Amino acid sequence: MSDSPIRDAVAGAIAENHTILFLKGTPEAPACGFSARTVAALQALEAPFAAVDVLPDPRIRQELSAISQWPTIPQLFVEGELVGGADIVAEMYETGELSTVLGLEAPEEAPVEAPAAEVEPAAAPLQIENRL
Amino acid sequence: MPQPDELKARIEASLPGATAEVEDWTGGGDHFRATVAAPQFAGLSRIAQHRLVYGVFGAEIGGPIHALSLTTKIAE
Repeated sequence: MSDSPIRDAVAGAIAENHTILFLKGTPEAPACGFSARTVAALQALEAPFAAVDVLPDPRIRQELSAISQWPTIPQLFVEGELVGGADIVAEMYETGELSTVLGLEAPEEAPVEAPAAEVEPAAAPLQIENRL
Repeated sequence: MPQPDELKARIEASLPGATAEVEDWTGGGDHFRATVAAPQFAGLSRIAQHRLVYGVFGAEIGGPIHALSLTTKIAE
């Protein structure tokens, strides 16, 4: 735990969600072209992902970048690791690496693991839209 | 307002042997697109390659440089 509840919430969200995207706006209404591109790549692969809008509170972005050492939004994390921002995600989508990283290479096989729902209590500073 | 030539010069100065092409993506002086080829990228993940370039500008990314879209290549 740090002395910042927002940092703890961001770190917790990254730890608790297999695939999580921090973006500007929502997956339905991205507020920036880079976020929109990244959402589109995930949706094209039908990848389940949790989403956090960084816009409601500037501290979310500040703490996120402090954790990830990555300056820009969006940021995609898989299993707790930063995969990349819009450029890297787009490049990995084009090369096919993205589906591998997301663990989607054998979609017709065994059912996906149960989604980790109930991410945050209502009082949490982050609104996580769980799409798992 | 940052200029593409200035960004190019700073990348190339910080990463000796690198070549950078930088363009102002929107004409607004704050969204840039860069292709960077650097020998320092060898053996690094894409994340690490991009971090090297972002590191040239520190807190300016997200500030005066609203966006810097990157493509990185390993220079021969």
